[in-house]
Amino acid sequence: MPATITPLDTDRTRRRNPEDGDHGGGKRPPTDKRTGGGGDGDNWNDRPQGRRGPRERLDRYRLGIFFALAGDLMFFVAIVSCFFVTQSSGHFDANARYINEWLPTVIPPILWLNTAVIVVSSITMEIGRRRMFREIDVMEEWLGLGNPTTKSAMPWIAVTAILGVLFLVGQWVAWRQLHLQHVFMASNPSSHFFFLITGIHGAHLVLGVAALIAALAGLYLSRSIATRQIIVDCAAWYWHSMGVFWLFLFSLLTCFQ
Amino acid sequence: MTPSAESRAVPRSLLRRVFTTDHHAIGLGYLALAFVAVVAGTLMSLVMRVHLVWPDRLIPLHGPVTPEEYLALVTLHGTLMLFFVLTTAPQSGFGNLILPSQIGAREMAFPVLNALGLWTTVAALIVLLASSFVEGGAAISGWTAYPPLSAIASAGPGQGLGLDLWLASIAIFGVGSLFGAVNTLATIVAKRCDGMTWERMPLTVWAWFTAALLSLIAFSVLLAALMLLFCDRHAGTSFFLPTGDLVNGTLHTGGNGSPLLWLHLFWFFGHPEVYIAILPGMGLTSMILANFARRRVFAYRTMIVTTLLIGLLGILVWGHHMFVAGLNPFVGSAFAISTMAIALPSAAKVISWLATVWRSRPSYPTPMLFALGFVSLFVAGGLTGPILAQPILDQYLHNTYFVVAHFHLIMAMAGIFGLYAATYYWFPILTRTASMPNGRLLSETLGKWHFWTTFLGAYATFLPMHIAGLAGEPRHYAQFIGIPNAAAQHLIDGAMGMQRHITYSAIFLISAQMLFVVNLLVSWRRGELAGENPWEATTSEWHRPASNEWIAVYRAPCIYIQHSGNESGGEVFLPQWVPERKPE
Ligand code: HEM
Ligand SMILES: [Cu+2]
Repeated sequence: MPATITPLDTDRTRRRNPEDGDHGGGKRPPTDKRTGGGGDGDNWNDRPQGRRGPRERLDRYRLGIFFALAGDLMFFVAIVSCFFVTQSSGHFDANARYINEWLPTVIPPILWLNTAVIVVSSITMEIGRRRMFREIDVMEEWLGLGNPTTKSAMPWIAVTAILGVLFLVGQWVAWRQLHLQHVFMASNPSSHFFFLITGIHGAHLVLGVAALIAALAGLYLSRSIATRQIIVDCAAWYWHSMGVFWLFLFSLLTCFQ
Repeated sequence: MTPSAESRAVPRSLLRRVFTTDHHAIGLGYLALAFVAVVAGTLMSLVMRVHLVWPDRLIPLHGPVTPEEYLALVTLHGTLMLFFVLTTAPQSGFGNLILPSQIGAREMAFPVLNALGLWTTVAALIVLLASSFVEGGAAISGWTAYPPLSAIASAGPGQGLGLDLWLASIAIFGVGSLFGAVNTLATIVAKRCDGMTWERMPLTVWAWFTAALLSLIAFSVLLAALMLLFCDRHAGTSFFLPTGDLVNGTLHTGGNGSPLLWLHLFWFFGHPEVYIAILPGMGLTSMILANFARRRVFAYRTMIVTTLLIGLLGILVWGHHMFVAGLNPFVGSAFAISTMAIALPSAAKVISWLATVWRSRPSYPTPMLFALGFVSLFVAGGLTGPILAQPILDQYLHNTYFVVAHFHLIMAMAGIFGLYAATYYWFPILTRTASMPNGRLLSETLGKWHFWTTFLGAYATFLPMHIAGLAGEPRHYAQFIGIPNAAAQHLIDGAMGMQRHITYSAIFLISAQMLFVVNLLVSWRRGELAGENPWEATTSEWHRPASNEWIAVYRAPCIYIQHSGNESGGEVFLPQWVPERKPE
């Protein structure tokens, strides 16, 4: 928080005993300024300006959500690898003919619309997220003068949630259209993947919408500006990642069939 | 307080105590869970060993063991031991108990997520154990669940609901592990105390860090694989189902899938998984050897690098489980090379352990013995790795007892020795309470007996399996009697004496564990009170900072100074948390 009063640099011995044999190899001072504290909030004085205080908690939650998203990325990478493996594998029938049953699934055009919706939703989300960090607003709130950040962020987040629901409805319509053409999950290796990928991504978005609703509730209920920033920030990173994942998955489904 | 408020407060505090977010309690919870799993898994292995050599023997309260029951036992044993014991106890159990204090943090980064992880894991265990009580019994396809048998419900008695529950259990477990991994990583990155640079982190912390990274990558892929298998079973897809498979009398014509795809996905998870199980033990071994030898860890930085390198290479070697599964031979060679490569950082670790204790005149309390035992078992089990890593030799050895010997020595026994070393070493921390801040020690006498009997039992049980495997005895066979082919029966008969010896040794090994259980029960209540820093350790889990104390670390771990110039000639050790050297 910009308004945090910085405590004085406490006096610490930086002398190093040669016998200590620290693995710094003499190239580095014995204390490292990049390390955090033993618990939140202590020794802020060792952190560079702008990374002190409540920011530590935000950084920690961001780290958590990034690690989680890295794992999620691996999950999708695994599925996409299977997509390519299955696409390029076939078998021999009784007459020793090579058969590859992959019949490319024709993408329902509504998916283009859905893609536009999810891109726009990411933009609205980012606007909402930035509203939570506008310095003047944060300062006002810090001083107890109302809650301008929340007031200006809330509509954007609500719009994002609505766009998210729209996207999900659009995906469901795409499924309906395929079903009407008698393309089902079980029909064909390609359709396996079409329904699986859209379904799994949809499930992630359901979680995302739930996170947005939770963020809205949190904005409404939580008193602490730091907490509200964290909720919105984490929901936003998750939402953006799902958007980027979708762009990749969508190009996979349209261009690599 | 009004009476009504009081009566409401009681259950809430009870709830709070059960669903606590305190890392110490959560760590103990994970250890308790692992203990339940290890007892169940051990009893199952006992039944299997008895059945193998005396197939007509009736099991008390149960009766005869049918072949499908044998396979269900194999599956449950492997799943319990690998997931619920060797993944849970070192990484989540001791990770929670020790990790925060070793990096000078008071809490994990996300306490609520942490508690959620524990209860998810508990749910996974319950689902797994429940699967043996449903119709058809537990799954019979082993801990690796190879399709097509695992993709078709009619493939065997346990492959219906039993396998569905198995899938559910492992998926829940995977989610719990991901929670734990995120928490561990964020804790290590963000919550180190002042002065705890990356290079000063104890090797145990490095091991937890690497294992958490591996968990994140491996369990995510496993979840994807489980989902695909679930779709094959219930959504009419055929990711893993080939065309024209004859399963249990029915021809399955649909499908364009490949069982090999499952093997790729599973072992992409499976090999990192075995390193998740062993890395914390490796880190702890380094620290314990250094502590009791009063020496610095030999080549500390290199040990950090090898830990990470083992993690990295561990992701690139999965194909060595698939040499005979129809892998392209060129791909097989590539995996053979990467597998040989992983022997290098592993060997570097062994050299460091040996160099650390070499001519050091160490003391030998029980944790030290178990750490040395870990080294011994790791070497003994590791030597067979490069043998199995050669596709030509593996043609013969795959699916024989040779593989069983390899992974039981290097993973199962070494892993358990690591856990015992951790328990004997950190028992004062496990038993810490508010009224008894220093905790208790396990009995040394019982501990020494426990070590030597277990050490002997481990080798007596698993070394002969190499010979059985070289003689061509296959694994996963319910019994070795009544094989239709006379020549094959003759071959198997030749090794029956060996098999009987293995069973006797296994009974001895399992009985020896009673010494530990007794030690645990007695010492938990009445063990000798520990001092503040009973092993004179240098790492800061032994530091108990006051609640308002500013935690900091001033140097690398394992710093001991032999005073030659000093008239007293004594030895000084410098804990990480002590600001200045004491005046001489
Ligand atoms: C020196 C390094 C190692 C090498 C070269 C190596 C090599 C191999 C190979 C080639 C196999 C496959 C054998 C077969 O199925 O035919 C195998 C199996 C196995 N290894 Fe290792 N290994 C090494 C270290 C380890 C370690 C450190 C662990 C565990 C901590 C481990 C655990 C296992 C397990 C559990 C299996 C059997 C899995 C199963 O089929 O159920 N290995 N190893
Ligand atoms: Cu492996």
